[in-house]
Amino acid sequence: MTSISEDSDKEKVRSVSVDLNNDASLVIDIPDALCERDKVKFTVHTKTTLSSFQKPEFSVPRQHEEFIWLHDTIVETEEYAGLIIPPAPPKPDFEGPREKMHKLGEGESSMTKEEYAKMKQELEAEYLAVFKKTVQVHEVFLQRFSSHPIFRKDRNFQIFLEYDQDLSVRRKNAKEMFGGFFKNMVKSADEVLISGVKEVDEFFEQEKTFLLDYSSKIKDATAKAEKMTRSHKNVADDYNHISGALNSTAADNNTAFKKTISVCVLQKLEDRVASDQELKLTELLRYYTRDIQAAKDLLYRRARALADNENSNKALDKARLKGKDIAQAEENQKQCLQKFDKLSESGKKELTSFKARRVVAFRKNLIEMTELEIKHAKVRRLKSNNTLYGSKLSIFLLCQKSLGY
Amino acid sequence: MPDLLNEPVEAPKSDVLGEPPVHRDAARQQDVFEDPPKSSSKSSSVKKAASSEMFGDDDDDEDLFKEPPKVVTKKPQPSGPPVDVFTEVKSDVKVKPQVKDDPTDLFAEEALTAPAPKPSAGSSSSRTNGVHSEEQDLFSEVRSNLHTALRGISHSVSLFFSVSFFHIKLEEEESEDKFDLNISITNPEKVGDGMNAYMAYKVSTQTSLTMFRSKTFTVRRRFSDFLGLFEKLSEKHSQNGYLIPPPPEKSILGMTKVKVGKEDPSSAEFVERRRAALERYLQRVVSHPSLLQDPDVREFLEKEELPRAVSTQALSGAGFLKMLNKATDAVSKMTIKMNEQDVWFDEKIQDVENEEQHLRKLHVMVESLVNHRKELSGNTAVFAKSVAMLGSSEDNTALSRALSQLAEVEDRIEQLHQEQASNDFFTFSELLADYIRLLGAVRGCFDQRMKAWQRWQDAENMLQKKREAEAKLLWANKPDKLQQAKDEITEWEAKVTQYEREFERISATVRKEVIRFDKEKARDFNRQVIKYLESLLHSQQQLIKYWDAFLPEAKAIV
Repeated sequence: MTSISEDSDKEKVRSVSVDLNNDASLVIDIPDALCERDKVKFTVHTKTTLSSFQKPEFSVPRQHEEFIWLHDTIVETEEYAGLIIPPAPPKPDFEGPREKMHKLGEGESSMTKEEYAKMKQELEAEYLAVFKKTVQVHEVFLQRFSSHPIFRKDRNFQIFLEYDQDLSVRRKNAKEMFGGFFKNMVKSADEVLISGVKEVDEFFEQEKTFLLDYSSKIKDATAKAEKMTRSHKNVADDYNHISGALNSTAADNNTAFKKTISVCVLQKLEDRVASDQELKLTELLRYYTRDIQAAKDLLYRRARALADNENSNKALDKARLKGKDIAQAEENQKQCLQKFDKLSESGKKELTSFKARRVVAFRKNLIEMTELEIKHAKVRRLKSNNTLYGSKLSIFLLCQKSLGY
Repeated sequence: MPDLLNEPVEAPKSDVLGEPPVHRDAARQQDVFEDPPKSSSKSSSVKKAASSEMFGDDDDDEDLFKEPPKVVTKKPQPSGPPVDVFTEVKSDVKVKPQVKDDPTDLFAEEALTAPAPKPSAGSSSSRTNGVHSEEQDLFSEVRSNLHTALRGISHSVSLFFSVSFFHIKLEEEESEDKFDLNISITNPEKVGDGMNAYMAYKVSTQTSLTMFRSKTFTVRRRFSDFLGLFEKLSEKHSQNGYLIPPPPEKSILGMTKVKVGKEDPSSAEFVERRRAALERYLQRVVSHPSLLQDPDVREFLEKEELPRAVSTQALSGAGFLKMLNKATDAVSKMTIKMNEQDVWFDEKIQDVENEEQHLRKLHVMVESLVNHRKELSGNTAVFAKSVAMLGSSEDNTALSRALSQLAEVEDRIEQLHQEQASNDFFTFSELLADYIRLLGAVRGCFDQRMKAWQRWQDAENMLQKKREAEAKLLWANKPDKLQQAKDEITEWEAKVTQYEREFERISATVRKEVIRFDKEKARDFNRQVIKYLESLLHSQQQLIKYWDAFLPEAKAIV
């Protein structure tokens, strides 16, 4: 039904993350997407010079569930325990526009034709906005993989990009959902248990404190930002209604409301634009809330490995005391130590680059937001000026006339 | 007409005499629109508005000007950012000629005669009078207006100043014409305690009118005093068709909160709202030339102590009586079917009712706006705090600083929202509420007129009956009762004449009052719209300032 053109998508103002398409050896984007009822079909387009792929350029259709499959598979891969796994994109949420469409359908009889047309237009715009957002989020998800030296080589990732048949990813049935939920619970309990383990590395100690604090703050900020943008949008909608009502009033004689219409249209534009900017900031915050969670997950895995290491040391000691299974215990201990070291090393790298990435993204987003706010405010000011002087001037001229000049 | 021909539109001018009107005007309009790019956009928009308004002034040119704008400009789509300012301005101008009824509406009373053209234009048209036909006189007049407009465009600054100059001069002249009486209501103070407490307001008057004892004086009044004044004026004058401005509504909830002594922002807001409403009420009363003459008004403004107006209490005997009267009035109104002779009244009452409907709808929307903006302000404050917290836990120093700066910006924006909300409210919402009440009062005038008509008709019917009774008596030949019948007939004839005259008088009064009301309303709305626009402008300026200050901080993040 709905699809976006390449042009509108080429808006490379991706302020959620840095431009992840620097490396030409593997370039991924989502140039097109189709929306059918509930499902969104993304067209994943890949251009590559790597020999591991069969063709240099290809496209496959993918649905949201397949993205989730990819994410889960990677999370479950032991090898990547020391890396920050890019957070899964959220499910496309067309609840808002759908609700509006419903309201529109119900209220159709009670509205004038113009009102109906206007509401329909707004609805389409909102729909498009949600649509664009979800495409962007899925795109960034894939690009995180393609720009990472280790992830890009992952076999599952390549299958995802290349396999032109349906991946037959069935949705998690109830048992698996419950299993997932249970696993989460176990994990949280585990976190509490291993938090008592003494941290050897100061870097990680700091990171843990920082991430814990930051994650709660950013979650809070995201929620508040969402509320604020929603209120702003309400204000804009009110102005819209007012100008609509004034338009119908202005058709009557003997009203002096016509000037007020332009005022209200101005205000509506202002508030719309402002809420758009705030939306970008909210998006940024939301994305990094998820990313911070992924970083925390990495810390958890490392802490788990540390605990395992400690335990294996203890077991080795015990075995030595008892005098049996020493070899096995030694092997176990060696493995644990290896795993822990590997996790620590890659973890440190990942966390440092994550920090840098986050700072850059914030900077870009904040600058963009501010510049756009200023630009639009200046335009609005100009328009308000014109309207104001137009009003004053018309009164002046009329008074002029009535005084007989 | 040498000076006029010096304008850049020389070439088209020579075609004027030969070509049909529409084309020529299209060319004209084209020239006007093509000129601006040379001059600054802001001033040009002002001038374009000027020129189009001048066109709009001309009633005779109505047809001429309805055409060209469509020819030349196409309505730009509602533009999202970035906006082509020029296109937007064009659309402004395009709209104006078509809503040229504006001047008529705003000052409904003004007889829009053909405007006296500007001096230079005037001289030119007189010169062309003898030579060309009347139609071309019109063209030259319009053309000369245009020329003047174009000259005005190149002298943008002077016009800008003359706007403000005229504005000031206008106000001076207006105030000289009007009586000099300024009223302000200030210092709401709580008097007493508990459920018997009330708010006393200071009413200060400043005047040069001789009917008052001094030039400036102050009295203290409470809300029921205002209501009492309204009652007295209503009793005396409303039956003559005068439009008595209604006072603000009673609010049991609001007052109870104040009485109980809750020192929260909502009760402070309530008091402020009431104070402003009372001020507007009094200003409307004294600006009514007939009401001002009423001794009760004078007494209200001057007298130290007023007897307590008991009849205004909601739960009193007088209160119930009033409600009863209102009910009977409503019922009788439904049964009166007036035979309207003057169609003006029919149309007018329809307009009033429509307008009241619209205003009510609008008012609801504006209230929603006010609430949402208050909500927005609250949410922005909360968000600002959250961002500050985030900034404090951020370990990159530059980003941390930027985030706390962002928090500050958002805080200031929240202030702006607050101010804007109260502005929305007082400029917009209260204005609508006032006029909804006033329109109700206007309807009341019409009702009074209907009552007067009914009285007259009833008297006519009674006279008819008396005549019939006389005829019957004549036939039945009862001379003693005949004299009585004749007396009654004379009595009722007199009454009929009296009521008819009263009806005519009240019709004239109502008509005058409504016309005056329309004028006031137009002026009021215009003033408020401008005030609102100015406040919007101000907050936009502030917004730009805040974001401008933040930008370097954002850029400084490393």
